Amino acid sequence: MIELKEISKKFGNTQAVKQVSFNVASGETLVLLGTSGCGKTTTLKMINRLIEPDAGQILINGKNVTDQDPDVLRKGIGYVMQNIGLFPHYTIAENIALIPDMLKWDKAKTKSHTKALIEKLHLPESTLAMYPHELSGGQQQRVGLARALIADPPVLLMDEPFGALDNLTRTSIQKEFKALEELRRKTIVMVTHDVLEAFELADRICLLDKGEVVQIGTPKELLFQPINDIAKNFLAGQRLVLEFKVVNIQDIWCYLPEEINYEGKSETAGLSIWEAMESLRKKDGDELFVSDASNTVKSVNFGQLTTAFNQYRNAQQHE
Amino acid sequence: MNEQQQTLWQFMSGQSDKLFSQTLQHVGLTFISLTLAIAVGLPLGILIARKRKLSGMVLGVAGILQTIPSIALLGFMIPVLGIGAKPAIVALLIYALLPIIRNTYTGIIGIDLHVKEAARAMGMSKSQVLLKVELPLAMPVILAGIRTATVINVGVATLASFIAAGGLGEFIFGGISLNNTNMILGGAIPAALLAIVLDALLSLVQKMDVRKLRKALYIFPVVILALGAFYALPSAYGSTLTAGFTPEFMGRQDGDLGLKSTYGLKIHTIVISDAVMYKAAYAKELDVISGYSTDGRLKAFDLRILKDDKNIFPPYFAAPIVRNEALKQFPELEKTLNLLSGKITDSVMTDLNYRTDYLHQQPEQVAKDFLISKGLYKTSKNGNRGTVRIGSKIFGEQYILAEIYSMLIKGYTDYNVSTKTGLGGTKICFDALVNNQIDFYPEYTGTGLLVLLQPDPIIAKEMARDKEKTYRYVSAEFEKRFKIKWLKPIGFNNSYALMMRRKQSTALNVNTITDLKNYLDKN
Repeated sequence: MIELKEISKKFGNTQAVKQVSFNVASGETLVLLGTSGCGKTTTLKMINRLIEPDAGQILINGKNVTDQDPDVLRKGIGYVMQNIGLFPHYTIAENIALIPDMLKWDKAKTKSHTKALIEKLHLPESTLAMYPHELSGGQQQRVGLARALIADPPVLLMDEPFGALDNLTRTSIQKEFKALEELRRKTIVMVTHDVLEAFELADRICLLDKGEVVQIGTPKELLFQPINDIAKNFLAGQRLVLEFKVVNIQDIWCYLPEEINYEGKSETAGLSIWEAMESLRKKDGDELFVSDASNTVKSVNFGQLTTAFNQYRNAQQHE
Repeated sequence: MNEQQQTLWQFMSGQSDKLFSQTLQHVGLTFISLTLAIAVGLPLGILIARKRKLSGMVLGVAGILQTIPSIALLGFMIPVLGIGAKPAIVALLIYALLPIIRNTYTGIIGIDLHVKEAARAMGMSKSQVLLKVELPLAMPVILAGIRTATVINVGVATLASFIAAGGLGEFIFGGISLNNTNMILGGAIPAALLAIVLDALLSLVQKMDVRKLRKALYIFPVVILALGAFYALPSAYGSTLTAGFTPEFMGRQDGDLGLKSTYGLKIHTIVISDAVMYKAAYAKELDVISGYSTDGRLKAFDLRILKDDKNIFPPYFAAPIVRNEALKQFPELEKTLNLLSGKITDSVMTDLNYRTDYLHQQPEQVAKDFLISKGLYKTSKNGNRGTVRIGSKIFGEQYILAEIYSMLIKGYTDYNVSTKTGLGGTKICFDALVNNQIDFYPEYTGTGLLVLLQPDPIIAKEMARDKEKTYRYVSAEFEKRFKIKWLKPIGFNNSYALMMRRKQSTALNVNTITDLKNYLDKN
């Protein structure tokens, strides 16, 4: 769907982006992760030509972006950014209707789409007549998302979309974001410096350092098969949390106790270790029932879970 | 005080037609130039917001234009644009440019960069970004600039009367020249009210919230254009020749009023400043002007005086007028000033004026050359027994006389001298003298009689025939009323005169004012 081929960009004497290449499959979420100044935002902005690359090619659906009128190109690419950039002199409804108006949509169509969308984004309808400054930061970010999604573009670019929000709001919006049907279908490139956010939302992560790609892979690959010290060190601080979040019951299935006969309610094996631990902590009893795809059920307690996890981890590292 | 207010009211109601038309002209001038300034300044401001490198240059040039004194700017315009509305509008346009360009520029560059980036990222074209984002968001700042420009323009438009473009300046400057406070206020009060009202109206527009503003944006240009349309460009010429008279001349018995009553002269007349009148006559913008008989420009522009065959212009013999107290304080002063008595004839004065006005020699140099040629020059004694303060009105001849007197005092006495030259007009000069701001200045008998004393018309007419009588009358009256002494006349008579280009006067065979009247009646 999106293909970057050896993209480079210099600002003055600084090489901001150096021969970056990657592919994003249709419907996939790729997160560009790195410290500030690593070139991730520059890379993102070259996709919709807010910045023009010095060298290399960018293809969307096999078509070179430089062959297209940038204004037409951008209308087909949703864009969400940290500072949101809502028009302060437009109401929320007018802000959301910007692209439909440019595409000359029927007013009624715009209105019904807007209504449906803000409901999914948990924005009360009364906000439509308000101006951006009357909304909270979290609400504004939802409006920014609605503005980018209203015309249903196949591609969505997000530049630190949750960066300006406080931790609580960020976590809840991230959850909604993951659950939003509209976003599942989209090909998304997202920039963040927040490792947890990247692991939470990414299908694959592209780790950048000093304008160069360090490693591209699934969160699991980045965690358990880092290709060098840069990749390893980048995740070091939060490694345990990340591992708990990335590894699921299915992964450690063979290290868990023997299966049992159980007819009651059980959790799926898709549950991450983190989620399993949270469930155990909340439950009255100290046993959690999990079932895999073939409906075999196992019972685990906290000790069994951590033991199995450690075994799995050792196995990964010796692979 | 009460009487004063009543007479002001009487003046304003008596002149209400003129006041109304002048106010309309004033509003018209302000808004035509404002419209043009917006048409030029807004795109320029947008341009330099896009190409920042140009901003320093454009703002610099606009800033420099802003510093040119308005009357000088009007003077520069005459050779190119003539007189009347055109140069006035261009001058006003130039003054309005800077605030409009600068505010457009700062308004646009001050917009949140993320909003602009969002607009671009959504696929808005450059013109959509400009119209839907940049201009609406910069609008409060741009409007503040327009507001500043409007107030500046209301003020500067008073000067438009100098070059025959009308407006409330006609009353203001006519009033200053004629020592007529009611006339000054009659122009100044409406001008001030105009500035206050327009400023208040624009502040309302500025304070409107962004949403209403979007609608107001469509109304705003219409209103500006409509107001601009008040200014009907000067009406078609009513006669074959055009006269340009100073505001002062317009209001005087020994001026336009006398021309009408004594000669029955009917000529299309526009009001113009003395500073640009001669040039305009030379450039054939004007045919007949009200000049001064010793003016150097008479020689420079080859103009010819029409003979005053019915004697409406009284004699204007120049003499220093001194406060009696100053004469007591500086015992040597009278003797020294009288050294000049009878030394300067009409033709000598015209020549001296020609040197400063046309050859652009410094008044000091001209004064020194003159004194040397008469054998009167003595080097300064650098005295320190008190300082004599000399005043002068704001035209060349008075500067020269002030310099001559300064050199005489420094050379012949132990007094020091300070000069306060370029005092705006008769009224300002005379008030300075009465209020002990200066000790003496050169005045003219005719001015003393008609402007400062303002006797009843019969006495005035009676006096005006005879130069001795005039001098005796003003001497006695000034002593009595103001404790001011007229010293001996310098010699020349700088009276009012009607003048035409020599070539035209010969071609039309117009040599006297009566000839002029007859010519006008026939054509």
